[in-house]
Amino acid sequence: MSNDNLSVISLVSIGEHPTSRRPRRAEQDARAIELGLKLVGNNLQTLHAGQVSDDPRQQTALRSYLGMGLAEINLLEMPEQADAILVLAEHLKQQNSDIILTGVRAESGESSGMLPYLLAEQLGMAMVTSVTDILSVDEVNKQAEVLQALPRGQRRKLKVDLPFVASVDMAAALPRQSAFGPAMRGQFEATLGGIFADQESPLWQTTDAKKRPKRLKIVKAKTAADRFKAATAKASGGGGKVVHGVEESAQAILDLLVEEGLV
Amino acid sequence: MSELFRRDPRAEWIARNRLHPLHQTLDSGPVFGPTGLLRKNPHIIGFIGPNGLKRIDRSGASNDTGQSTRRTAAAREVVLPLHQVAEPAFYIVVVLDLVSGRLNGHDKDTLGLAQQLANRNNGGGAVVAIAFGELKDDSLDKTGVDRLIHLDGQQYASYNPEQRCNDLQGIIAELVPQHILLPDSINGGGDLGRRLAAALELRPACGVWKLNDDTVICRGSAGKSDITRPLSKLLLVMEECCEPISETRHESILMPQQSSQFADGKLFDHGNISVDPNAIPLAEAGFILSGGNGINDWPQFHHTASVLGATEGASRVAVDDGNMPRERQVGATGTWVTAQVYIAVGISGAIQHMQGIAPCDKVVAINTDEGCDMVKRADLSAIGDSTEILTRLVELVEHRKQTINEGATNEQ
Repeated sequence: MSNDNLSVISLVSIGEHPTSRRPRRAEQDARAIELGLKLVGNNLQTLHAGQVSDDPRQQTALRSYLGMGLAEINLLEMPEQADAILVLAEHLKQQNSDIILTGVRAESGESSGMLPYLLAEQLGMAMVTSVTDILSVDEVNKQAEVLQALPRGQRRKLKVDLPFVASVDMAAALPRQSAFGPAMRGQFEATLGGIFADQESPLWQTTDAKKRPKRLKIVKAKTAADRFKAATAKASGGGGKVVHGVEESAQAILDLLVEEGLV
Repeated sequence: MSELFRRDPRAEWIARNRLHPLHQTLDSGPVFGPTGLLRKNPHIIGFIGPNGLKRIDRSGASNDTGQSTRRTAAAREVVLPLHQVAEPAFYIVVVLDLVSGRLNGHDKDTLGLAQQLANRNNGGGAVVAIAFGELKDDSLDKTGVDRLIHLDGQQYASYNPEQRCNDLQGIIAELVPQHILLPDSINGGGDLGRRLAAALELRPACGVWKLNDDTVICRGSAGKSDITRPLSKLLLVMEECCEPISETRHESILMPQQSSQFADGKLFDHGNISVDPNAIPLAEAGFILSGGNGINDWPQFHHTASVLGATEGASRVAVDDGNMPRERQVGATGTWVTAQVYIAVGISGAIQHMQGIAPCDKVVAINTDEGCDMVKRADLSAIGDSTEILTRLVELVEHRKQTINEGATNEQ
C-alpha cells in the first residue's frame, strides 16, 4: 500500500496499568500507532497533549511510543488538568490531516471516550468508532474502507469519506514491542498549546472504584413453597422439544438455525 | 388443566343432606354452635397420604378436600396495575439498543432508571422510548415505556449513526426532555450517545451505574475509579444501573414521528464480513458446536462446524482424550460461554458443563440417551446417533446454501 501523500496523525496519551496504576503505554493508543505505521510507515505523525513531566515513570511511558519506531512525538504543552480537546482541536485545525487515529477511551481521568467525537465535530470530519483495520484508502475519491469491531467477534465493513477520525479498538492488531534504544533516541518536539481550563471536573469527587453489588435474583413468590422451589430447582429449559429419527432431527435443527438466522 | 370451575352436584347434595354418611367430611362453611360461637372442626383439614398418615399442606399447592371448595384451582395470570401519565409534566427520553429487534437486559435497566427519574420529586414525567428499525418485542408496556417513538424504514436496517443522531436532535428539540438516557453499550448505544453529545454540545455522564438524588456515580479511568458528579442532561448508563420495571404496566402510546431529512452522511455500511469462526474467542462466540464423549468421528465433527460456520467447543472428556485442544473446553473448568445457539453433540451434561453454558439462549442436544441432563436443559433435543444426524444436517445445510445461491444467480 503506498499512501505517501496521506497525512495521518495518531494521538497518544499516557496509560495507566489496571492493577499497579503505574503509567504505561496506553494499549489502544499503541494499537492506533501500529495501524498508522502499517498505513503510512514513517510518515506517521504522533501528537500528545500534556507536559513532559519530571516524573521519570511518565517519561518512560511516553518514550515507549517512540520505541515503536517513531522518530519524534509532537508535544502540545498544556497544564495537567486543562481540557485537552480544545487544545488539540486548535492545533489540528492547522494541520489538514486526512486521518486522525485515537484510542476508544483513555485509561485515566474521566475516560468518557468523548475526545474523538468532539474532535470530529469541531473539525467537521467523519467519525468511526471501534476500528480494527483500515483496509484501503482511495485518495482520488477521498474514501477509505475500514473494518469495525462488533460484539461477538464480528466485523463490519464501512466506507468513510476522508478526512475522518477513527478510534481504534482493542480488537485491532497487537502493537509491536517497544525497543529501548529507539525509545531513548527519539525526540519530543514541544510547542505551547492554548490553555483551556476544565471548569466542571474539579468539582467532582473521585474515589477508587468500588465493587458493584451483584444483582440478586429476586423471587416474587407468594408462598413459602414457591420460594423454596425457586431456591432449590435445577436449571432446566422446561418443556424442550424432543425429536427422534435422523431425518426429523436434522430438519428440526436446521429449522432452529434458520429461525435464529445463522445459516 | 382446565381453568373452568366445575360444579359437583353430588358434593352439593351431600352438603345439604346432614344425614348422609359423608356429610361430616365435607367442609360446608362456618358452623355456629347453639351459643353462637364459631365451631371449627379440626379433623377435616388435610388429607390422608398414601402411607395412611394424615398430611396437611398449607401451601395450597395440592388439591386436597380442604381446598376443593376454592372456586379457581388454577393460578390466574396476574394483571399488573396500569401506570398512566395523561399529561406529562416533562419527558425522559430513552434510546433503545434493540439488538435484533428485541429489548435486552441493558435496555430494560435503562428504562428502569428512566422511570426512576420520571417519578422522583412528585413525578409526573413520561418516559419516551425511541426505537430505530425493526421492533419485534411485544412486551414494551411491561418494561416501563409510557410513550413510544418508532422510526422504521429501509435506512435503519443498516448502520447509520449519523442519520439516527440527526433524527434524535429533531426529537429532542421538539420534546425538550429533562434527561436523555442511552445504554453505554457496544451495540450502538455508546456510539450514538457520544455522537449526540458532540452534536448537542452537552457533556455526558458516561458509565453511570448509580443514581443518588441529584448526583450520579460513574465509572472512570477505564473502570478503575468512581466519579461522583451532578446529574447531567445526557446519561450513558451501564448495565444493572437500576432494577428493571416489573410491577407496573405502562401505556406505551405511539407518538407519530417522521424520520428527518439527512443526506450528508459520511459513513456507508457495506455489511458484515465473514469471519473465521474459530478465530473468535470462545467466550464471545455466538454460535458454538460442541463435541463430547459421544463423538466417534472427529473429522466429520470439524467438517460440520466449518459447514455450519460455528465455533468449535468441547466437553472436558473430549479435551482429556486429546480430541480437542484445552482452550476449546466449555464449562466451569474451561470457558464460560454466552452463545446465542449452543449445539451439544454427545455431551450428557455434567454439572460443570451446565454451569458453563448457563447464559446460552438456545441449547440443542444431540444424544443417544434421552434421560441425560443435557436433554433436560435443551430447547431442542435430537435423540439418535450423532454421526448420522450430523451427516444429514450437513447435507441439508449444503442443499439450502445451494438453493439460495441459485436463487441469487437467477435474480441477476
